[in-house]
Amino acid sequence: MSFPWANEYKPANGLTQWLDEKLPLPRFVYNAVGAGYPVPRNLNYMWNFGVLAGFCLVLQIVTGVILAMHYAANAGVAFDSVEHIMRDVNWGWMLRYAHANGASAFFVVVYLHIFRGFFYSSYKAPREMIWLLGVVIFLLMMATAFMGYVLPWGQMSFWGAKVITGLFGAIPVVGEPLQVWLLGGYAPDNAALNRFFSLHFLLPFVIAGVIILHIWALHIPGSSNPTGVEVKTESDTVPFHPYYTAKDGFGLGIFLLIYCAVLFFAPNMLGHPDNYIPANPLSTPAHIVPEWYFWPFYAILRAFTSDFFFIPAKLMGVLAMFSAILVWFFLPWLDTSPVRSGHYRPLFRKFFWLLLIDVAVLGYCGGAPAAEPFVMISQIASMYYFLHFLVILPLVSSIEKPEPLPFSITEAVLGKDESAVLNANPAAA
Amino acid sequence: MAEQASIDTSAPAEEGVRRRDFINIAAVSFAGVGGAAVLVPLVSQMAPSADVLAQSSTEIDISAIQPGQAIKAVFRKQPVFIRNLTPEEISAAEKVDVASLRDPQSLEERTKEGKTNWLITMGVCTHLGCVPLGAGEGEVKGEFGGYFCPCHGSSYDTAARIRKGPAPKNLEVPEYAFTSDTVVKIG
Repeated sequence: MSFPWANEYKPANGLTQWLDEKLPLPRFVYNAVGAGYPVPRNLNYMWNFGVLAGFCLVLQIVTGVILAMHYAANAGVAFDSVEHIMRDVNWGWMLRYAHANGASAFFVVVYLHIFRGFFYSSYKAPREMIWLLGVVIFLLMMATAFMGYVLPWGQMSFWGAKVITGLFGAIPVVGEPLQVWLLGGYAPDNAALNRFFSLHFLLPFVIAGVIILHIWALHIPGSSNPTGVEVKTESDTVPFHPYYTAKDGFGLGIFLLIYCAVLFFAPNMLGHPDNYIPANPLSTPAHIVPEWYFWPFYAILRAFTSDFFFIPAKLMGVLAMFSAILVWFFLPWLDTSPVRSGHYRPLFRKFFWLLLIDVAVLGYCGGAPAAEPFVMISQIASMYYFLHFLVILPLVSSIEKPEPLPFSITEAVLGKDESAVLNANPAAA
Repeated sequence: MAEQASIDTSAPAEEGVRRRDFINIAAVSFAGVGGAAVLVPLVSQMAPSADVLAQSSTEIDISAIQPGQAIKAVFRKQPVFIRNLTPEEISAAEKVDVASLRDPQSLEERTKEGKTNWLITMGVCTHLGCVPLGAGEGEVKGEFGGYFCPCHGSSYDTAARIRKGPAPKNLEVPEYAFTSDTVVKIG
């Protein structure tokens, strides 16, 4: 599970020794995120975002549990109870803004974490399971965020719930009964609000469980690194603590500066004013859009405007939107290049940046009104999105000539590695 | 455990199903069916409750709606559009070749006999459930003069049939009946 040169946990005193024999929890922590976990010495700041995502989950759970103490999940009073939190509860405004912007912060760091995975091909063997679990976490996050957004029961909450549950109505035959079953009625109402609250409270703990599996799976091969060359010897690694606890701590500080700047100076920057209007089932806001972190997928949903043979446009859009994430599950097998890191893959690197631009374009279109030229642009960008994963990636993997890799992480960092010289001239050894 | 293993290996194969095998399979099957049965209430509780189902019909007075006007009523907590079509709107709807439509239906099929001017539909876009514009005074009616959904740009014509955009079906015509010349009962 770890490298043979990992530091061994030694109980410091009688109490920890007693504990180690009964329940070796300190040993577990030491081996997981302490000095007992050797990590490649060359990790850059892109490797900070896993820890930051974990921090965001804790932040969301703490603020969320507190908000639940003041919130009432009833369609009659939900909106007022949120205003009560904002105006009457001590520090309620801060806790709610922290939670709402915490969701955005969570998605920012998770997207960066995912893009790190794309660039350095963190999904490749032997780390496929880590990647697959990560996609599961992302899907759970999306479900949790969506249901949380419904709870304030404003206009955007209500119509978001209606549109997203409407997606299930697109499924042939069972769609409409399924939608009614999900909502517990014909339109979002008290039943839907209550179950969304219940699940919004539950899912973060499910996410925490899958994160444990994600880290467990990570600790079997150990962390990847910017060269993509596997760890060979002890000189390739440093203990997680204090080296990466310090590096992650610094990253956390930077993250908190940005997060607090938004929290205290622009807490509604990422929200929609329409959500400060109580839910009205008879009037749809002129421009309904989801929260920014769903925009790229929303653009793909809206890109399908005409029927595709016998498949209705609506079902096509829904299938495409879900496929846009489900395709990530196949990534370890679509990218067949033996080289992991984008640093040594000149062609792949160009397409990686093109994909980022494509996702940004989709994001912009997803937030824009459903009119030309945005529909046309979303259609082109959606097509390119799938083209990237299904055609370009396998093709690039087979035709690209990667640049030479360093012999080891040590060589990449220090410019030379003694054991590389020894291996090159076995006679000299 | 060792004793168990020795019994298993010594038992001749031709003895067939043992009493213990039967008990094992029967017990696990029984528990499995029982466990699955528990899912019924767990799944069913999500379906609409009795009070939600009880809101199943609405009576609406339509005497004040002039030709060219429309109102929004509420049926099962969802909007219903009741539109009094003008002769121009009726002829515009009738001029369209039904076979060319995405969801082919004529105006006659969507209204009651002798009441072709009363177009009663759900105010729920068949794409993802937004309320289309066009029923209120001064709202955009879209390029086909009926309803326009602002969410994803679906346009409906004067018979509330889908003409453009992502929606797959015409606006749904709910079950309704005229209880008198001026009162309509929906549901």
